[in-house]
Amino acid sequence: MAIPIATLQTTAEELTAKAAIEIPADYLAGLEKLADIESGELSAFVIQAMLENYKAAEEDRRAMCGDTGCPRWYVKYGNEARIDGGPIALEAALRRATAQATHNIPLRPNRVHPLTRADHDNNVGMNAPEIEYAFHPDADWVDLTTVHKGGLFGTDYRMLFPGDGIEGIRRFFLDTLVAFGKRGLACQPAIVGIGLGGNKDTCMVLGKHAACLRTVGSVHPDPDIAQLEVELKELGNSIGMGAMGFMGSSMVVDCNIEAGYCHTGGMPMSVHMFCLSSRRATARVHADGHVEYRTDPEWFSAYSRRTTVEWDTPMAQAAE
Amino acid sequence: MTKTKLKTVTLELPASRDTLAELEIGTVVYLTGRIFTAREGVYKRAVEDGHGLPASREQMGSANFHCSPAARINEDGTLNVGAVTATASFRFAKWLDGWFELSGCNVIIGKGGMTSEIYKKSFVPANAIYLTTVGYGTGALLGRGIKSVVDAHWRNELGLAQAIWVLDVEKMGPFLVEGDIHGNSLFERENAKVAAGIEAAYEGTRPATMQRYGELDDKTKEVI
Repeated sequence: MAIPIATLQTTAEELTAKAAIEIPADYLAGLEKLADIESGELSAFVIQAMLENYKAAEEDRRAMCGDTGCPRWYVKYGNEARIDGGPIALEAALRRATAQATHNIPLRPNRVHPLTRADHDNNVGMNAPEIEYAFHPDADWVDLTTVHKGGLFGTDYRMLFPGDGIEGIRRFFLDTLVAFGKRGLACQPAIVGIGLGGNKDTCMVLGKHAACLRTVGSVHPDPDIAQLEVELKELGNSIGMGAMGFMGSSMVVDCNIEAGYCHTGGMPMSVHMFCLSSRRATARVHADGHVEYRTDPEWFSAYSRRTTVEWDTPMAQAAE
Repeated sequence: MTKTKLKTVTLELPASRDTLAELEIGTVVYLTGRIFTAREGVYKRAVEDGHGLPASREQMGSANFHCSPAARINEDGTLNVGAVTATASFRFAKWLDGWFELSGCNVIIGKGGMTSEIYKKSFVPANAIYLTTVGYGTGALLGRGIKSVVDAHWRNELGLAQAIWVLDVEKMGPFLVEGDIHGNSLFERENAKVAAGIEAAYEGTRPATMQRYGELDDKTKEVI
């Protein structure tokens, strides 16, 4: 049975509102943990104000932050899923939903032409909103995820080399956090996403996905990567810098790393900071048209991180 | 108001020089009165392109917020502002002298502040202070402080995000005094404290094998 396009558009509008207004529970719990141990008076005050802000946003159904970021879409297709009108109709529905929700919520119309600065006042334009795709075996649903990442600051890329090793990784991680953490330009405490390996573009994409599409508390299945996630989180919180760059210990709510095989001579790395307004929301639209909302995008899976040539693992392992 | 041991005040706008002179860096401030939004589009059009401002000082108020709201214009022409959050202010420095002269503002609100050098050069002669938003994401709390949306100027010329939104606010906040009347900066004071500990965090790291052209390796510096 094909999923009706109207269902997808309505769901997308609802997701846009949820992302803009409701702070995800995993991020909130992570921030509260940092708040409990924050001893810097100014940094603690900032986090307290943020916690009150999330409540105000939900009570008033208004955007949690006035800079509502750049709304974008992640679509995960089950291999057996069919959509009324196909992927072209889906893309049109996502663009319509973005424009409509921008007006209804309202969101800030952030998207402009890079040179003329022309603004359509609806967050839609050339290559905007971005729509990225992934596929999933043995499934007939479609997962829609929206992320409204904010920020002109907090992201960087560097080509490291194998000889730079973990010490080089630690250095670049600190460089990025310290540079953008001062005055709180990165709007920390943040979920820090790291892309390791891949090509330059893959490295950036993996790192962004690690920041925006994994939850606080999630662990990479590769034990070496999982260990580095813990180590870098501790390192970030030991700088002595808290919210807004004031003295404190609240910099990293969690550190998520995603990796990809890279050129044998290099070790590219990217760092991304998903800010105090870590806006994401997901819905699974089933083949029969019913919709389930959640805040964990479940973007990464054993399938998406597969290392073998063929994918013929039993069904049990294909599940997330 | 957020509970805190930090000194907290409500500032009525327009504010006199004497009132502003009492505010020390690190004080928590809530605003009551008239403010207006203006960011790079407005600064360029007003100062650099010589268009001046679209309304009188009385109509626009004496406090300029570096931000653009999440807002819409309804079909009946009424204006709706949901949330407001500041944008980083260091980018506005080049227009400041002309801006103070033109706008007569003595309170600038934004994100992240500017350097004490800029405060001393441009703010002190204008008897102006700088307030920073908090966490930078308290858009919903700030939105609650808006009593009414008075006007939106230059929305056709600059688009909704860059337009001048004139707002009457009541106990809007929290903000922190970042730049006082003497040009001291809260961020610079805090940065000096933090800088002392940064070296320790860098133990067990090594600089990248391949340096970047123009790379800076002084951890006490800022990127702005």
